[in-house]
Amino acid sequence: MAETASDRPVVAAALGGFTPDVFARHLESAPSWWHERKRAAYSRFEALPMPGRTDESWRFSNLSGIRIDGFTPDAAPPAGTAAASAAFSLAAPPMLTFVNGRLASRGELPAHLAAKGVVVSTLSEAAARSPELLREHFMAQPQKLGSAKFAALHEAFIADGAFVHVPRGVEVDMPIVLIHSASGAGTAVFPHTLIIAEDNSKVTVVDHFHSNDTLGQFACGANDLYAGHGARITYAAAQCWSLETLSFQFNSTVVRRDARVQSLNLHLGARQARHESLSQLQAPGGFSEMLALTVASGAREFDQRTLQIHQAPNTKSDLLYKNVLLDRSRTIFSGLIIVDPDAQKTDAYQSNRNLMLSEDAESNSLPGLEIQANDVRCTHGATSSPIDADQAFYLKSRGIPEKAANELLIFGFFEEVLCRLENEELHAALRDLVRTRLGR
Amino acid sequence: MSSLEIKNLHVSTGDKEIVKGVTLTINSGEIHAVMGPNGTGKSTMAKAIAGHPDYVITQGDVLIDGKSILEKESDERAREGIFLAFQYPSEIPGVSIANFMRAALQARMAEGEEIDASAYYKRLYQKMDLLKIDRKFTSRSVNEGFSGGEKKRSEILQMALLEPKFALMDETDSGLDIDALRIVSDGVNSLRGPNLGILLITHYQRLLSYIVPDHVHVMIEGRIVKSGDKSLALELESRGYDWVKQELATA
Repeated sequence: MAETASDRPVVAAALGGFTPDVFARHLESAPSWWHERKRAAYSRFEALPMPGRTDESWRFSNLSGIRIDGFTPDAAPPAGTAAASAAFSLAAPPMLTFVNGRLASRGELPAHLAAKGVVVSTLSEAAARSPELLREHFMAQPQKLGSAKFAALHEAFIADGAFVHVPRGVEVDMPIVLIHSASGAGTAVFPHTLIIAEDNSKVTVVDHFHSNDTLGQFACGANDLYAGHGARITYAAAQCWSLETLSFQFNSTVVRRDARVQSLNLHLGARQARHESLSQLQAPGGFSEMLALTVASGAREFDQRTLQIHQAPNTKSDLLYKNVLLDRSRTIFSGLIIVDPDAQKTDAYQSNRNLMLSEDAESNSLPGLEIQANDVRCTHGATSSPIDADQAFYLKSRGIPEKAANELLIFGFFEEVLCRLENEELHAALRDLVRTRLGR
Repeated sequence: MSSLEIKNLHVSTGDKEIVKGVTLTINSGEIHAVMGPNGTGKSTMAKAIAGHPDYVITQGDVLIDGKSILEKESDERAREGIFLAFQYPSEIPGVSIANFMRAALQARMAEGEEIDASAYYKRLYQKMDLLKIDRKFTSRSVNEGFSGGEKKRSEILQMALLEPKFALMDETDSGLDIDALRIVSDGVNSLRGPNLGILLITHYQRLLSYIVPDHVHVMIEGRIVKSGDKSLALELESRGYDWVKQELATA
């Protein structure tokens, strides 16, 4: 294509700071097995436009907040950076801790799990040991929710990530905790977690995204969840980036026959965060439970886009996203349920609930259904409401000050979601993170 | 010894004046029953004293030990010793009784002080045993799915834990069968003592045979029109309220 002078600013804007020479430098530090995929990803990133005003999948989003220049990939963590993440009170030690995208420390997998073939490693290690699994599952699903460009950016610049593989029939009896932290002003990170639960296996994985710095950072992460026949995955992600971070996170969940995936995303950090979540129910009996909790304060924006695709009969999905909005914050929820023609007896549910603690906050809900089968049960709904005045008075009449009363009501509002977690320790740990966030 | 003084209290909701000049003093250790037909302002008075934002005090004052509480928010009034036992307590999904009461007690501690969790639970369980409340109750959400009797027992449990100086009990007997009424009354009677003053709002004498009042007041159309001892309640039970209204008309 012929390039004219007037095209240049547009192209520059579409790349932000991730220019070809920055990419070339990144490639020098990337392992050679990844080069080909990364080059292809970078070409897609270059070719795709930035989201535009008329783009339906970015409706209501604050596009001017999405500036991807001024960030540095592969930044060395400043000296003395503590890799440990504060305030996450799980007894299980982190299996992998990434700082600025690279492995900083690892915990020892208990011997009985290692003996059964459970693998918790970096993606680089996985590429050497089981390249076929990476080929099959790493970023292998379509990007349908609007961020193909940023998913390509993720794949182009990813430094490393976590790989969890649970062999057939193995049940992992402790949560696998993974920490992804970012350090230093202007740092760009591309965290990734790939979970493969083979047939009839069971595993709980917790991702904790974390940065202490109040300076602006850019996080562009992804996770791939694959649940084989009868497998059961519980995935919890606690997004606690600094309050000045621009965050993108893309989730893909593949659910095979009679498998069950429960995912819970807790959004506490970032200045502007977009989360896209795609569940594909590919075989009968599959069930995806999609949960999210968000605390939005200040002028922050949380933009959540979801897609539940029922591709086989007798599949079930249940989405419940709850947002608490304070100050002048904004949330966007756009959810779509697609039922393919032969996915009869689909049972799909989608609900977005917003608790408004401020008259200046704004919640936007765009629920949608595309049903091509005739024997299904699909429901969706969205609500926005302020704190119930009678409840507030009841709490205050017991001597509880307004701020503490509101906090109790927020916890009460979130509890419906947290209660879905079987693991009570995880439930308590996530609740503690919310408490810490509200205390700030 | 404390006193709760209600002085020439006028309360409006919306544009409508409901309470039209009530004067009443309750001292610690006393139980005052306020009786009267529905819609005469008994509940409105209690909610206004507790600081409900929908009920505006247009005239008069409410004082604890000589100090007005009207400038204070409802939570401050509660910490000063006012307790409202609700006729219709709110349901609060996702907030357990244990966490709710813990927050209420925490609010009464000095800055930087934390509740001793094991002592708290010990005390909570002790009060629950007293009120014959199942321990499983503590993890249930506040009032959610509670029966009428459970809701009222939960109110008394809260009162027992928070140890107010003055309890305003709004139709605590409504919706209770005799067994539940007896349990709730036993609970109130067990809390009765020199440190607690009670304003008992009811329109039936039934409750007053379980919780025997020191004083009985009749409230009609926003005013206290007659006061007496417990025998007044019995008289109201047998003769209804009309004779009081007639007395009022001829006075």
